[in-house]
Amino acid sequence: MVVGLGWAGAIIANGLVDAGLSVVGVERGPWRDTAKDFNIASVTDELRYSQRQELMLRTAQNTITMRNNPSQTALPMRKWGSFHPGNGTGGAGNHWAGITFRFQPEEFHLRSHLEERYGADSIPDELSLQDWGTDWNEMEPHYDAFEKIAGTSGRAANLISGRQAGGNPFEGVRANDYPTPPLKQPYSPTLFADTAREMGYKPFPVPSSLVSQTYTNPLGVTMGPCTFCGFCTNYGCANYSKASAITTVLPALIRKDNFEARTHCEVLRVTTDSDGRRATGIVYVDSAGRQWEQPAEIVVVAAFTFENVRLMLMSGIGEAYDPATRRGTTGRNYAYQTANSVQLFFDDKNFNPFIGAGAVGMGIDEFNNDNFDHSGLGFFGGGSTRVTPIGAAPIQARPTPPGTPRWGSQWKRATVDNYASTMSIGCEASNYSSPNNYLSLDPTYRDRLGRPLLRITFDFTDNDLKMAQYVTGKVVEIAKRMNPRQMIPSPRTGPWDGRPYQSSHVVGGFIMGVDPSTSSVNKYLQVWDVPNLFVVGASAFPQNPGYNPTGTVGALAFKAADAITKHYLRNPGEMIST
Amino acid sequence: MSGKEAGCAVFIDRQLAGPYGDFERLYMHGPFQDGIPQQGDQSPLTPRQRYRIGLAALNDHCRNELGAPFADLSEEQRDRVLSQLEADEIKLDDIDTPLFFEAILQNTMEGFFADPIYGGNRDMASWRMLGFPGARYDYRDYIERHNEDLGLEPVSIAGRSDWNTQG
Ligand SMILES: Cc1cc2nc3c(=O)[nH]c(=O)nc-3n(C[C@H](O)[C@H](O)[C@H](O)COP(=O)(O)OP(=O)(O)OC[C@H]3O[C@@H](n4cnc5c(N)ncnc54)[C@H](O)[C@@H]3O)c2cc1C
Ligand code: SF4
Repeated sequence: MVVGLGWAGAIIANGLVDAGLSVVGVERGPWRDTAKDFNIASVTDELRYSQRQELMLRTAQNTITMRNNPSQTALPMRKWGSFHPGNGTGGAGNHWAGITFRFQPEEFHLRSHLEERYGADSIPDELSLQDWGTDWNEMEPHYDAFEKIAGTSGRAANLISGRQAGGNPFEGVRANDYPTPPLKQPYSPTLFADTAREMGYKPFPVPSSLVSQTYTNPLGVTMGPCTFCGFCTNYGCANYSKASAITTVLPALIRKDNFEARTHCEVLRVTTDSDGRRATGIVYVDSAGRQWEQPAEIVVVAAFTFENVRLMLMSGIGEAYDPATRRGTTGRNYAYQTANSVQLFFDDKNFNPFIGAGAVGMGIDEFNNDNFDHSGLGFFGGGSTRVTPIGAAPIQARPTPPGTPRWGSQWKRATVDNYASTMSIGCEASNYSSPNNYLSLDPTYRDRLGRPLLRITFDFTDNDLKMAQYVTGKVVEIAKRMNPRQMIPSPRTGPWDGRPYQSSHVVGGFIMGVDPSTSSVNKYLQVWDVPNLFVVGASAFPQNPGYNPTGTVGALAFKAADAITKHYLRNPGEMIST
Repeated sequence: MSGKEAGCAVFIDRQLAGPYGDFERLYMHGPFQDGIPQQGDQSPLTPRQRYRIGLAALNDHCRNELGAPFADLSEEQRDRVLSQLEADEIKLDDIDTPLFFEAILQNTMEGFFADPIYGGNRDMASWRMLGFPGARYDYRDYIERHNEDLGLEPVSIAGRSDWNTQG
């Protein structure tokens, strides 16, 4: 039984099916297919997909409530702002951007690493950083497997066989290069990379699961080259170029006899036996509103961070986290991403900003994570600095300098003048978990079925706000050298605001670790004390580094599938004893 | 070209008549309460109600203060009223002024810049103005032509008028 047919659910379902198990995948949204849902004749529709959020979960079906701290009353997010959760087969992977980083080796033992480098007392009390309980050597093959499924394009710098120029020198050592070569680059990333290189940095093409050439993956599914259409992030791809479960896994999986997909079926909870030590199946509601109980030998929950945690809270799995006592694990260590940027206005440049793709671009990693010395800086963490022009459909992409009126003739002139000559450098930075940031069930607001919504209590920590200032300052140095007419730095400042889009990289709440008192799953994504229940996704991240999550979500899905088929099936029970 | 000439009013009418008009897809359960700004729009009013209440209140205001409904004011007067709405200097009956103003601004911009299939952006006027080529899907031959005016004519999801040749 697999709950959710996005990236994680589809990968695991396929692994279990290939091991001979009968698998039922239950998905709350529709079955999505490129030809019918993302047709080239109608997919270039900004109003429908970006403004009206066609592919996203409808908040009428399910949303979250939010507040910055426990003294406030959480209110529902009625329209998606800060993040854009998905729905239907492929999940958020249909409308994602496709940037596909691996986390660095130190990330998997971040707490130990920082204590070792900066001293046992160096981590402030406001941060609840943890080790993952796994390591690079265990993760690397699974990253490799995910990149091969997705056809990820890029250039490796650090191969077992030796170093090569042009890739990201901060990457952990890899067995293989990327499956497809880097994408061609538009003007703004090229300009950025040239400047960064002059300053002594090492720019590299952003690793991207938008394939650069025709590619057939190990499941025999073929993808076509990205055409830089610029209707990418928040849209589905009409070219079979953007990797998602529907373009890489499900076309093969759905043809296998021992797999069945039930769509428009929303899982309400995981059922357990009387002492709660064994999952017995799930309860779901179908599109006609009928409830079904489906027994299962193994339950895998892969319903994206929010719903993974909500289903666990609703099913009474683990103890709910309490920030006052810092006890409990379900809902613990919720974290986000600290998104910073610098906007550059030029007079003499034409970037043709409509040419773009969610993950085309150039980046540098000198200011990311622990790639620079943090001694005396008063913060930890950092960000991935990059220029990734995603396209410029004009309901949303109309940059004008601050102070420009929002309508009228001056507005029109400024809009025309700046449309093609403005670019932006982003710095997608880490977000380190804190005891005050957590997920719980909302006491007031309920979904259409009368069940409590998930409540987010979150704000940026001092650590992250200091980090944001520092990394944005570094980006400003590069931006200055590019010599724009005007430059607007936007380091992230508090409080967390649910309105503007920042990223859908919500992580934690059901985290991975070595100790059942501070984590929910072991390194095989197996729930402590409920050995036939696996909860997979970014919910397992103990904190969020300065990278996008999905490379790691995919790797964890392969890791869980591998553990279940190679170890659990032979010896069903706890794979790690405590 | 003004928003009206571009078809923004037609656009807004059609949007309000469809699923957007009553926020059919959005979470509209109470209790409705004002929060902190970062919690976003918490109004129980649907777009249709925002326009119905807001337009009536605006006309009341204009009649009382300026002697004529909004549509009959001079262009200068209308601009002044809009600026006052934007600055929240006019109090409207039964609706928060910013809620009403922001709906109008957002929907007008949507109409002006969306694909013409929705009734606004007539003749792709806004896209021509910006140099946005519209519903194209393949820039492989252009991506490495840097810092160049590519001179691409826009095209809509419904095509382009000069494609409709007789034959
Ligand atoms: C606009 C956008 C841009 C992004 N860009 C990037 C990027 O560039 N790089 C990157 O690394 N990541 C990016 N992401 C994040 C990425 O999409 C997610 O990390 C990834 O999709 C997570 O995979 P998942 O399988 O955990 O969840 P999903 O892909 O969301 O799949 C979860 C599935 O579970 C289903 N489900 C949920 N609840 C239930 C239930 N109760 N019953 C039944 N089914 C249920 C959902 O409908 C969904 O299909 C982006 C996301 C968005 C929205
Ligand atoms: S930019 Fe490339 S990957 Fe993205 S939707 Fe367009 S063709 Fe597909």
